[in-house]
Amino acid sequence: MSSNRLSSGGRLQRSQPIRFSFNGKTYGAFAGDTLASGLLANGVAVVGRSFKLRRPRGIVGAGAEEPNAIVQVGRGAAAIPNLRATQVELYDGLVARSSKGWPSVNFDIGAVNGAVSRVLAAGFYYKTFMWPQRLWHYYERGIRASAGFGTVPDGPDPNYYVHRNAHCDILVAGGGPAGLMAALVAARSGARVILADEQCEFGGSLLASRELVGDVAAPYWVGEVVAELSRMENVTLLKRSTVFGYYDHNFVAIAERCTDHLAPGESGGPRERLWRVRARQVILAQGAIERPLVFCNNDRPGVMTASAVSTYINRYAVCPGDSAVVFTNNDSAYQAALDLNRAGARVVVIDSRAEGAAALGAAAREAGIPILQGHVVCNVSGRRNVTGVRVALWNGDISERVHPGINIDCDLVAMSGGWSPAVHLHSQSGGSNHWNADKQCFVPGDAVQAASVAGAAAGDFTSRACLQGGHDAAAAALAACGMAAKAVAVPEVDDVDEHALQPLWRVPAAKDPDRCPKQFVDFQNDTSVADIRLAVREGYRNVEHVKRYTALGFGTDQGKLGNINGMAVLAECLGEDIPAVGTTTFRPAYTPVTFGLGAGENTGELLDPLRKTAIHACHELAGAPMEVVGQWHRPWFFPQPGEDLHAAVERECLAVRNRVGMMDASTLGKIDARGPDVVAFLERIYTHDIGKMQVGRCAYGIMLGEDGMLMDDGVMARIGEQQFYLTTTTGGAAHVLAWLESWLQTEWPELEVYLTSLTDQYSTIAVAGPKSREVLQSLDCTVDLDRESFAFMSVREAELAGMPVQLFRVSFSGELAFEVNVDSRYAADMWRAIAAAGEPFGMTPYGTEAMHVLRAEKGFVIVGQDTDGSVTPLDLRMNWLLSKQKDFLGKRSLARPDCLRPDRKQLVGLLSVDGRTVIPEGTQLVDDPEAPVPVPMCGHVTSSYYSACLQQPIALALVAAGRQRHDERIYAALADGSAVAVTITSPVFYDAEGERQHV
Amino acid sequence: MLLIKCPWCGERAETEFSYGGEAGIKRPLEPDKLTDEEWADYLFNRSNPKGAHHELWNHAGGCRRWFEAERDTVTYRIAVTREL
Ligand SMILES: [Zn+2]
Repeated sequence: MSSNRLSSGGRLQRSQPIRFSFNGKTYGAFAGDTLASGLLANGVAVVGRSFKLRRPRGIVGAGAEEPNAIVQVGRGAAAIPNLRATQVELYDGLVARSSKGWPSVNFDIGAVNGAVSRVLAAGFYYKTFMWPQRLWHYYERGIRASAGFGTVPDGPDPNYYVHRNAHCDILVAGGGPAGLMAALVAARSGARVILADEQCEFGGSLLASRELVGDVAAPYWVGEVVAELSRMENVTLLKRSTVFGYYDHNFVAIAERCTDHLAPGESGGPRERLWRVRARQVILAQGAIERPLVFCNNDRPGVMTASAVSTYINRYAVCPGDSAVVFTNNDSAYQAALDLNRAGARVVVIDSRAEGAAALGAAAREAGIPILQGHVVCNVSGRRNVTGVRVALWNGDISERVHPGINIDCDLVAMSGGWSPAVHLHSQSGGSNHWNADKQCFVPGDAVQAASVAGAAAGDFTSRACLQGGHDAAAAALAACGMAAKAVAVPEVDDVDEHALQPLWRVPAAKDPDRCPKQFVDFQNDTSVADIRLAVREGYRNVEHVKRYTALGFGTDQGKLGNINGMAVLAECLGEDIPAVGTTTFRPAYTPVTFGLGAGENTGELLDPLRKTAIHACHELAGAPMEVVGQWHRPWFFPQPGEDLHAAVERECLAVRNRVGMMDASTLGKIDARGPDVVAFLERIYTHDIGKMQVGRCAYGIMLGEDGMLMDDGVMARIGEQQFYLTTTTGGAAHVLAWLESWLQTEWPELEVYLTSLTDQYSTIAVAGPKSREVLQSLDCTVDLDRESFAFMSVREAELAGMPVQLFRVSFSGELAFEVNVDSRYAADMWRAIAAAGEPFGMTPYGTEAMHVLRAEKGFVIVGQDTDGSVTPLDLRMNWLLSKQKDFLGKRSLARPDCLRPDRKQLVGLLSVDGRTVIPEGTQLVDDPEAPVPVPMCGHVTSSYYSACLQQPIALALVAAGRQRHDERIYAALADGSAVAVTITSPVFYDAEGERQHV
Repeated sequence: MLLIKCPWCGERAETEFSYGGEAGIKRPLEPDKLTDEEWADYLFNRSNPKGAHHELWNHAGGCRRWFEAERDTVTYRIAVTREL
């Protein structure tokens, strides 16, 4: 392997030699190198294979735009897939391999694709996957295996990630000449400034520039400015920080990479930090991206952008070739020719323009660099590395073929098709872009948010213009913040006289564009000129459609290099102007961000709040497995030694039916509603008559949405003339409170009602079963519990076991039952007291599963399980709850024709004909399982259990016109294709007369 | 993420708020006198303008008060928020 390392220069720490490994081979480099510069220094030309055609590919760029050198860094669970080698800072011992090119970059089964590339033309994926569908799995497996965009790390990420919220007056995105100047002006003027740059050091293009800024070398000026900024308390400097998203109202997201540049073990702290910045003003100064030129075989390793070549020479002291051809349609690439010449390489410039370049052209000529004006590179030879180019005279007419008469041997092609401002963030912010015909690029239009664009991102490509643009943007931003701008002199930079760029979106070849060797527009997706032309021939005209058909602009680079060329080729093909074709939509993220960054600390235990009842410790002590209900952890069942779920639930259910059980019902939502107008208010909310309720009485209440659909249910009690105690479902507690508040505030502000959530303040213990009265009596209950003094559906203030309680005589099991409401501070004591007092009666704690079975045996629905937002109370045979005396929310909707359809799905019970099969919840029901596909469905199962009490499976279901179909046989269609016969019954399986709860 | 000015609490991030749809939809006083079409109009039909939109927001993670905002549905700029 040859060494391309220059003996001097660059911004490397040559005193710190390091070793790194790439695709299993070890190489030497210096601290300060990127993986890309390290590979180029060692003469590694092929770094991967292309996505579709598996062609060998090399490094093209030097930054975020890199499409080919996509690598996986690190090992095991900490590995990071899909990084750009151009942005990976080397440390000693770094291990990397190609993301693409499985199983190896040198031999690749996918290379077969290259031989059959005609099959893989534009739209291949669409055409293949459209039909026949049953072959999908076959194709998918093969293509996914050979696509190989990185490998998922093999374990949970050992790193951690953090989020940080920040505010500032002025956020500057990009730390090149424009961004640094803007930050300097803003900072000296006293603004709170955040300056973010994606690279490991600030300076952008100035780091590789040989210009003088003021009277010092450009990198020196950078150092001075950064030193000053870093001393200022009002400035936050974020390097290695990519501004990747610009959202509404100047909310900007920045990904800071904190430790990726450090060897594993050296790094403490978070791997990445997500900055969530709300900025008063944003200055976008992310620079510009050089465009490739589109000629035959322009994807061969050794073909790079001209600015990347300059960057590698000047910043990393790597000359990527010994013998270079610079191919350009503009002046800027001449800098690469001069840099190559200075680095000792042989250089020839091929300029498509007849007049060539201005000042830099003269400099090149002076340096003795041969220049061919009015010529183009139309083809490249060499497969694993460039070996030469074919050059032709060109008269500027794109419609004509050319006749390559000149061969030039070379091992490097530095190309420049002009520059595209990085308008990504401006576009994300909602701003539009305009075509600038002089500069042949899209430049940002007016800002939509409180932002401005400065420097190359605004189409000002010279350092001089960048510095001035940054200065002016800061002055304007300060004014918008109401702050005075301090006078800061803009340093002088010599302006360079330039000739105009010549539009050259594809280079004419010896054959017509559909037959010549591939002219790549998008390297990562293997999209060629011929693909775009094919898409147009097949009828695609809109740029968004062509993008999706050809895959132009997809992938990790999102078309940073290829999009503008592709759109121009499309425009030519359609016979339209480039601005008429327009661009595709720019969406976040600017460069890929990790899932870890998005998740931040919100993983594991911190993913979601965990709510425990005040009695939780007792349940843990009892060894109860927990069921997650919303954010609550509720005891699922209370197993005794050797018991599984079914055995425990059967025992718990039978205990409640035959003796007594207790359960923690504290998660029910509880709302205190009071005030002079509380009756009038609740009349409008609940469907039953509130005014008729006597103090001390309870009622089962339901509330509907205005669409008439059941929204929530629960027992509510009248505590006083102007005070009610409402309970809601566990999951509906927050929503119901918000719902009540919204009506009070927006529609009926004249009603004086006060709502207070008591869900956490009060705990609820249900004591259910024939012996429940005796258990409570034995706890020194201060009120009489007999049937006459304390009727079913009433509430009493009392003392129980010496603690004040609110005692409800209600039942969700159909048995004689009480619910003990107690201040949560006493709840655990109360639980233990009841358990102890109940022991002689066979007290059995039961969990949510038994609770579900018990209520299903009684046909009580659970909102959200047996209903789904399309179920009315009429569907649930709850007509008795609907007052005819008053209006209530949703009432009018119940009279809509659709709610009165006789074939609506209605609540029924189901019994398995075989007496054994417990049908899975969610199973679809059909009248005739033998009916031709698609089999019409008549309903679905909402709840299903084995009932120990009834010694058979029971289910609740919603069945079309089900109430008229009792005793009919239908079928449950199981997932395995079989069908189970079921009989439709009443949903009340047990104690249909309701006698047991009234004793 | 929007920055919304609660009339009581000041500017807060959108995540503290919940959205309540179009403002100014009066609940009919006598729903049973409405035709199905009139009721459906109240229930389902909204103006959905391109441009200025008067809408309800609730500072759910703050003071829990509902208020009205005038938001541009194209630019998302909020011209004004006010108490109900
Ligand atoms: Zn508020």
